[in-house]
Amino acid sequence: MSEGAIRNQMTDQTNEVRDIIFGTLQAALPQARPLSGDTRIIEDLGLDSVAVMDFVMEIEDKLDISVPLDKIAEVETLGDLVATVQRLKQAA
Amino acid sequence: MPLLDKYAALAAQYRQLEEAGANPFNVKFDEVLSPTEAMVGGRKTLLLGTNNYLGLTYDPAVVAAANAATTASGSGTTGSRIANGSYGGHARLEAALAAFYGRRLGMVFSTGYQANLGIISALAGKGDHLLLDADSHASIYDGSRLGYAQVTRFRHNSPDDLATRLRRLKDEPGEKIVIVEGIYSMLGDTAPLKEFAAVKREFGACLVVDEAHSLGVLGETGRGLAEQAGVEADCDFIVGTFSKSLAGVGGFAVTDMEGAEILRVVSRPYMFTASLPPANIAATEAALQQLRARPDLRRRLNENALRLYRGLEKLGFELGPEPSPVVSAIMPTPEAAFGLWAALLKAGLYTNVSLPPATPRGLALLRSSVSAAHSPAQIDHAIALFAETGKGLGLTNAAPALAAAK
Repeated sequence: MSEGAIRNQMTDQTNEVRDIIFGTLQAALPQARPLSGDTRIIEDLGLDSVAVMDFVMEIEDKLDISVPLDKIAEVETLGDLVATVQRLKQAA
Repeated sequence: MPLLDKYAALAAQYRQLEEAGANPFNVKFDEVLSPTEAMVGGRKTLLLGTNNYLGLTYDPAVVAAANAATTASGSGTTGSRIANGSYGGHARLEAALAAFYGRRLGMVFSTGYQANLGIISALAGKGDHLLLDADSHASIYDGSRLGYAQVTRFRHNSPDDLATRLRRLKDEPGEKIVIVEGIYSMLGDTAPLKEFAAVKREFGACLVVDEAHSLGVLGETGRGLAEQAGVEADCDFIVGTFSKSLAGVGGFAVTDMEGAEILRVVSRPYMFTASLPPANIAATEAALQQLRARPDLRRRLNENALRLYRGLEKLGFELGPEPSPVVSAIMPTPEAAFGLWAALLKAGLYTNVSLPPATPRGLALLRSSVSAAHSPAQIDHAIALFAETGKGLGLTNAAPALAAAK
């Protein structure tokens, strides 16, 4: 595969992870809200620590990965979460 | 200083409860009269939220043991086990716990919270993997943060999800340690321990069971869920507390694991805290003797639990999934929980409010816990107060016919 093709495949994977995370979160929120990579999960969405872990569990199921709690603790924005999940998915 | 600004939203809620004169997180008992009654705000109040499962706090043998120990050995140990020595009572209680569970080693900690912190953080080292049930108690989460292992949580009470997660780790080096509870303190549900034990065996993991709410409650001889499920041999460590069925304060762990004595010099929550005072140790040993000698206490407790569960169910409250001494009514909102709690207290019934994130799935709970010391009449009185106040707040089936049909 050419370098460009690899880059494209990685972009596809990132988009897939992003779509799954955004879709799962939208479904978990009581009302629809605009989401972006800069959205802060706790401050902007008002989720508590258990709600965040529960939402991550949905993503774990969909992508067949486990996200350790210390990795969740490092995440602040949705962009951080996409990057963390993407790294774990690649390592799996 | 802006140090506490991060708690501003919470502080506003807390202030609101204080101003309303009904803060479930700041209740003062003017005088405690018995395991089931106290004076609150000048009124005799029925206690239905104390976790005093066997009602042994005023047991004459327990109280006498505490008094005699204070007279003989003084009010406190003024130090830790490792730096300042153990008293005879500590060793006796540890031996009594080991004998009760039929295990080689018993270890006493200064609280149940510290027992979880101490065992979990010492077992799970760097490179190991901790797998926690999602609904685990705060002490289990905090214990997992005190150690250096990688921590993941599995779906509450799901042996399948645990197996999935162990499978993902099967090529990873490091020990796998699984933590579950006997009875979960928020909804009163029990773990499917037999199935968890099978998963543990399949993957060669270590299984730790916290029997804080199930010691003295479940099992042929009161040893807890592991005994009831017939899988004690698969439970590598049992952790528990003295502050519920044993009517004191403190925590413990028992195990058959080879070499586990070493935990005494590696478990920081065991090492770097004062040991329990003689009165508490002696009272706990006496309470354990009562627990063993009086299976009728366990029978009465479970009869009371079933009576309350059925009674509230009939009123139309949505409850936890199974009857147990923890009976929680699921409230539509935190405000409804506060409202019902305050109305019950005003009517002379003390219960608990439990809110997220301490509760699973964002639930607001009006939580009760029953005791062997409750009379059936007291339980019935509590149900009647739930009916009255719940109806006034629109939280029960208002029509008696509907309740009867249920």
